[in-house]
Amino acid sequence: MTDNNNSTQELTKKDFTVDSTIKWCAGCGAFSILSSVQNTLPKLGVKKDDFVFVSGIGCSSRFPYYIKTYGIHSLHGRATAIASGLKSARPDLNVWVITGDGDSMAIGGNHFIHLIRRNIDLNVIIFNNKIYGLTKGQYSPTTPMGSKTKTSPFGTIERPFMPGELTLGAQGNFFARVIDKEPRGMEDVFLQAALHKGTSIIEVFQNCVIFNNAIHEQITGKDVRDDRIIYVEHNKPLIFGKERDKGLILKGQDLEVVKIGENGISESDILVHDANNPNPNVHYMLARMTYPTHPVAVGVIRSVEDNTYEGLLEEQIEHAKANSKIKNVDDLLNSGNVFNIE
Amino acid sequence: MSNKNSIIELEQVVVKFAGDSGDGMQLTGMQFSDASASLGNDLSTFPDYPSEIRAPQGTIAGVSGFQVHIGHKEVQTPGDLADVLVALNPAALKANMKWVKPSATIIIDIDNFDNKHYKKAGFIEDPLHDSSLKGFNLVKAPITSLSRATVRELNIGLDNKTADKTRNQFVMGLLFWLFDRDMTMGEHFLQEKFAKKPELVKANIAVLRAGFNYAETVEAMTNQFHVNPQKGRKGKFKKISGNIAASWGLVAAAEKAGLKLFLGSYPITPASEILQELSGLRNLEVKTFQAEDEIAGICTAIGASFGGYLAATSTSGPGLALKTEAAGLAVITELPLVIVNVQRGGPSTGLPTKTEQSDLLQAIHGRSGESPCIVIAASSPGNCFEYAFEAAKLSVEHMTPVILLSDGYLANGTELWPIPQMKDLPEIKTPRVKDNDPNYQPYKRDPEKLSRFWALPGQEGLRHRIGGLEKSDVYGEVSHDPFNHQLMCQYRAEKVNRVADYIPKQDIYGSKDGGELLVIGWGGTYGALYSAVKEMREEGYDISLAQFNYIMPLPKNTDEVLGKFKKRIICELNLGQFADYLRSIYPQYKYSQFNKVQGLPFFISELKKRFKTLLEEE
Repeated sequence: MTDNNNSTQELTKKDFTVDSTIKWCAGCGAFSILSSVQNTLPKLGVKKDDFVFVSGIGCSSRFPYYIKTYGIHSLHGRATAIASGLKSARPDLNVWVITGDGDSMAIGGNHFIHLIRRNIDLNVIIFNNKIYGLTKGQYSPTTPMGSKTKTSPFGTIERPFMPGELTLGAQGNFFARVIDKEPRGMEDVFLQAALHKGTSIIEVFQNCVIFNNAIHEQITGKDVRDDRIIYVEHNKPLIFGKERDKGLILKGQDLEVVKIGENGISESDILVHDANNPNPNVHYMLARMTYPTHPVAVGVIRSVEDNTYEGLLEEQIEHAKANSKIKNVDDLLNSGNVFNIE
Repeated sequence: MSNKNSIIELEQVVVKFAGDSGDGMQLTGMQFSDASASLGNDLSTFPDYPSEIRAPQGTIAGVSGFQVHIGHKEVQTPGDLADVLVALNPAALKANMKWVKPSATIIIDIDNFDNKHYKKAGFIEDPLHDSSLKGFNLVKAPITSLSRATVRELNIGLDNKTADKTRNQFVMGLLFWLFDRDMTMGEHFLQEKFAKKPELVKANIAVLRAGFNYAETVEAMTNQFHVNPQKGRKGKFKKISGNIAASWGLVAAAEKAGLKLFLGSYPITPASEILQELSGLRNLEVKTFQAEDEIAGICTAIGASFGGYLAATSTSGPGLALKTEAAGLAVITELPLVIVNVQRGGPSTGLPTKTEQSDLLQAIHGRSGESPCIVIAASSPGNCFEYAFEAAKLSVEHMTPVILLSDGYLANGTELWPIPQMKDLPEIKTPRVKDNDPNYQPYKRDPEKLSRFWALPGQEGLRHRIGGLEKSDVYGEVSHDPFNHQLMCQYRAEKVNRVADYIPKQDIYGSKDGGELLVIGWGGTYGALYSAVKEMREEGYDISLAQFNYIMPLPKNTDEVLGKFKKRIICELNLGQFADYLRSIYPQYKYSQFNKVQGLPFFISELKKRFKTLLEEE
């Protein structure tokens, strides 16, 4: 389907809204993610024709059909690979990847880590609902150990992946975590991810109302979240709690939760978040934190600038063009050892 | 002592170089063929190397060979059996003894023919003293010791290990004498090859001369041979392999179409050279992406194709299997994509360094669902250029993936190839859409070709979504409508069938109006089939050849071609895949078959024998 309305005015959410029906289940966390993305795009100063959304397979991956941009709804696990090719070929485009925990962590795990290693400037949103939704309820690589699902009636016996761990282990330069029911947080993070040069990985704690309802509630529930989530912000102390009285300090080889005002701890003792630190050690600890020993980190955990794959590729091309005597295919065909037979 | 041997003029000669995989036999073979090309001989070469990088020295597994066929007349294959075999050790001799002519000249390095080497090679008896070499013209040259002595005399501080690496030049010297050639050519080759290492130039040239002088002085060889230049062949030529030609065909197509080239690929024998060659062409704005696996290779190419590049992926059999799912995505999204499959022995890892034609049915059918692709096949190292270009042209103009079949024999073999000029190559029209075209719909089709149009991200007013789910006709909405699905399947099939209107008719070499026996081949067997048919026609047989380059769809006159002959025989390097395919489409004809699955190309001699038997049958 095409959209031929072509206004040159300032963009709004409406420019990215489709007329057709969105076929996610009522109450699905995906709706608010879509809405937050649509709110983010107009802020980027990018022409609406320059956005491309590439997705894999799964509930989340229907996304390109629901946003008015160029898009490919591709193969299970391969969105990262397809988007890598597109962005390498066309660095001028603003390319987003929409994927889920099954799509990116299981069948697409290989492409996921290699995308990150190459640092191609893509914005990857992982809808992590910790379950296979589209195939109706089998456990995924992020499903908590012991969970009973359709394919684990006795409980899973697999340790789950944490997308943040995998991202940082693959030398990722941008990792953030957001929650589907916090649109303002999502928009802020999507904006930072889009402006970041290089691969940006955003894990969204997304709810699947049908097959894994309330899976994140233990962390994100209204009554508990203040004490179980720490909203990290660059250059700000890592403080959390309903009373803003708890914080993180580095102790030994780990992060430790401390109470401000107890045991001589004051606010100035609390670790200040440095998302731009090239050394990923603290980012790794932040990404790994789980309840109940620690709060779960939400926000931009790591954001470090480095060369992008497509940028280096363009540089090589410019250099080769400037320095080669072979300027076109006729030159190439006549290069090297040519036998002139008379 | 001056040499008064007679010089025998030959129409053609086949030379095989064999030694340990570290002995430089590939280099020697190339040097000999370059010199032959410079002298105006036609030629065809084929390397024969083990799949191990450095198997234990002196063993059969470690033997690396290179065969060169040079001629005064046209040469179409690297030759069946060798007239001259160079064997640097007993293993090389043992591995190649069955591939030489009964009266061949066999040059051995006598320094390596001792009990230790016999044992490694698996000889039970000393082959020099039993009857196994009877009838051959055996030249026992002390190649290692004389090479070392020559290098030592130069006094430039090179040790024996380095000196041993010059042995191949001693061999070259012997051959330059044997083939009555001017030594300066071999010297030029070495000056270029070792331009940055003057001491190696010196040592290699000295050993080259030592080999030449040895041959001249000791009268080890009784005759000299001379192969005259080919007549009537003029112009600029390159010695080119199928893999390089395929790479260049893609670059040429991109330039002709006004597109940039993207190759997403993963290293795999025998296709890796395409990725290697294209990765060096950044100067022509070629983007190569060495992916994490075969799947990412094709997927990155699909991404680039959506972005408006001429996109390709290169692979071999097992890699094609991994790409099938994504090839299906290219079929349903109707994006242009060239898949180059350099076939090797299968199934599974099979025979990675050996040639075969056993991916034909995989190429035609190997995808889920009703998933038609254009399939074409190259038939000589040089025409890999032409068919890579054609694959790109058909893919872009008809908006569908094209599988180009090459094979290990074409990929690594070389031939003298007349260099084309870009201005002579056909135009490639890209079915692009203008910005803001109010009539654009993603699945609106060209009424003749049935292909859709190519709107690129970034173009104003053409935003659209494509994908792997079935789409509605014209508008491209996701559609599960049963009648729409059938319609779209039929469109995609008919689109590929209609390509027959845009490809040449099938040619017949021989009796164009029909006759006794039609030999049917496809792809890389052309050289052997053509040579066999040509020789038999010269002997007076009514035999003809139809070598197919267009497989899916077949040329429009295929039925007519098949029907003109009394007998038909389909020859292929598999157990009968093209035969199955032709039988399914043209069941009204009777076909004989000649199938070979040994990892080896056809020999002209075995083909002729089979054809003669068939012609004698009632």
